[in-house]
Amino acid sequence: MTIENLKYRFDNGTPIQGATAIVGVLGSGNLEVLVEPAALNGACEIEVSTVARGFGAIWQAVMKDFFARHRAGDIRISVNDAGATPAIVSLRLDQAIETYKGKGPRKVQP
Amino acid sequence: MPNSSGKIWDNERQRRNRKLERAASALGDSLRDKVVSADMAVQLLEAVLEPGDRVCLEGNNQKQADFLAQALTRVDPARVNKLHMLQSVLALPEHLDLYELGIAEQVDFSFSGPQATRLARMVGKSPEGKSKVRIGAIHTYLELFSRYFVDLTPHVALVAAQSADAHGNLYTGPNTEDTPAIIEATAFKNGIVIAQVNELVDKVPRVDIPGDWVNFVIPNPRPHFIEPLFTRDPAQISEIQVLMAMMAIKGIYAEYGVQRLNHGIGFDTAAIELLLPTYAASLGLKGRICSHWALNPHPAMIPAIEAGFVKSIHCFGSELGMENYIAARPDVFFTGPDGTMRSNRAFSQAAGHYACDLFIGSTLQIDMAGNSSTATLDRISGFGGAPNMGADAAGRRHASPAWLRAGEQRRTQYPGIPRGRKLVVQMVETFREHMQPAFVDKLDAWKLAEFANMPIPPVMIYGDDVTHILTEEGIANLLLCANAEEREQAIRGVAGYTAMGLGRDVRIVENLRDRGVIRRAEDLGINKRDATRDLLAARSIKDLVRTSGGLYQPPVRFRNW
Repeated sequence: MTIENLKYRFDNGTPIQGATAIVGVLGSGNLEVLVEPAALNGACEIEVSTVARGFGAIWQAVMKDFFARHRAGDIRISVNDAGATPAIVSLRLDQAIETYKGKGPRKVQP
Repeated sequence: MPNSSGKIWDNERQRRNRKLERAASALGDSLRDKVVSADMAVQLLEAVLEPGDRVCLEGNNQKQADFLAQALTRVDPARVNKLHMLQSVLALPEHLDLYELGIAEQVDFSFSGPQATRLARMVGKSPEGKSKVRIGAIHTYLELFSRYFVDLTPHVALVAAQSADAHGNLYTGPNTEDTPAIIEATAFKNGIVIAQVNELVDKVPRVDIPGDWVNFVIPNPRPHFIEPLFTRDPAQISEIQVLMAMMAIKGIYAEYGVQRLNHGIGFDTAAIELLLPTYAASLGLKGRICSHWALNPHPAMIPAIEAGFVKSIHCFGSELGMENYIAARPDVFFTGPDGTMRSNRAFSQAAGHYACDLFIGSTLQIDMAGNSSTATLDRISGFGGAPNMGADAAGRRHASPAWLRAGEQRRTQYPGIPRGRKLVVQMVETFREHMQPAFVDKLDAWKLAEFANMPIPPVMIYGDDVTHILTEEGIANLLLCANAEEREQAIRGVAGYTAMGLGRDVRIVENLRDRGVIRRAEDLGINKRDATRDLLAARSIKDLVRTSGGLYQPPVRFRNW
């Protein structure tokens, strides 16, 4: 199966402090999200690698809403997706940010 | 017999009597009382069936008259043909073989889950422009049963029972299901009833069907097939389903004080059932919601029952493995003097339609008017009971708090004389597996109607019956929508990242949210981070067994320990 790689960058976020966090699992219909600190002048960079090709527009909309919710800057997010629905993607991203900020980690089950 | 005007008024009875005489002579000494040996089944069917007869072959949602179905495929099509089949469910390959073999030509049915794909292929026209099977109509269960008593009365009914005595008294037990409705219509209108039974006994545990309504009993070589349709392994419930279940409980059940309800089948509703003793209890809802049910005995209900949430459950059918648990909880389930449950699909469907305040279930597609369908072009799956549950009971007259509140909300938009409204909730994730959107511009049902030459698209639940649509993005309360445009935006507003959702008018949707027409998890005070599987009262089949004190005995396929 060919992988599709997608990249997004959102500027003018609020830099947030935290420690590298990873949530989720790479099982079918699920995904792994890694959040790392990065000196990006307040930007948030997201790199997606997904087995589901051709859903770029939906990823774009999901990521835009994610950034609008948290406005988290100075982080780099890597998403490793095994065909998760947008609902699961949004949930994992929110969980990853909370965990990064140290509010977690809560138990995350597949 | 002729009356004074010379007109004969018992043609049908005479015809039945001739059939019975033919059967007696075909069976000869092998007929003892009403008992026919299994190897004479085909001869019996050939004796009592005439071309064009309406034949009700008991294919229920669960229990199957599978032996009689097989026997029917072996009759001589030169003698028995053009049969008009009546069936709740087309479940077995034999059910469709009848049309390939030239034994039957028309079917009226309700549901065809397991045979849906093959049925669609058979309905499609052959190169000669002729389809193999003619579908009279696809019904709901209650609708089909009703027609048994009006214009589709069976000439012959082929049914399944657990046991029988030599006089034909039948014990149908926990999986009574459709049998009483079928036999009543047949036996009292000059028809012939043949029952396959798992065992012949001296005395049945209880008489579910009196012997004088039954003409022949055939002990079959192996027990009839029963499908465990309602068992959902809690291990497969996702966090999104937990989140949606939390929204259902807090945003709908608590909001309206829903005490009497029906749940559709699936993981979405299983999640609600498993959240009752945990999340709902933590909101102080025990005793305030979910006390009376029209529902199959879902194993996922065990924790809620054990926690004292549930006062009663009347069942359409039973569920494999639940027999001992049900028998040990007669305060909750409807059980006979012998201790086992008696289900009854006709009564339970009527109960679900008239005596429940809420139906919640899932679907495959919803359009922008809120119409929903499970039909796709390559599958004719039918309806089952969902449309009877998932419809406002316009004939209802008794009041309850949930019903009155829903009616009140409706009147904020459409003033009129005070009356209530059933809550009909469609619960779907915006995308199904493989990114299939649940929200569509046009239902596949339209294409299917054209392909299969149906007079109307097969809609499962009509948009004007739906009161709420619940997705992971929120709840749209359609009762509060002023017009079709608002309604469409309310639906788009919970349609997530589907094309329909992305096509929303953001300004109108925000306005609907301000008015409480759309409510998101955060509007309901639900923190999405709390939506974890830890909230489920059972997280595996083994947990369910443990909670039942070992009374629940799941079929082997659900055991992984």
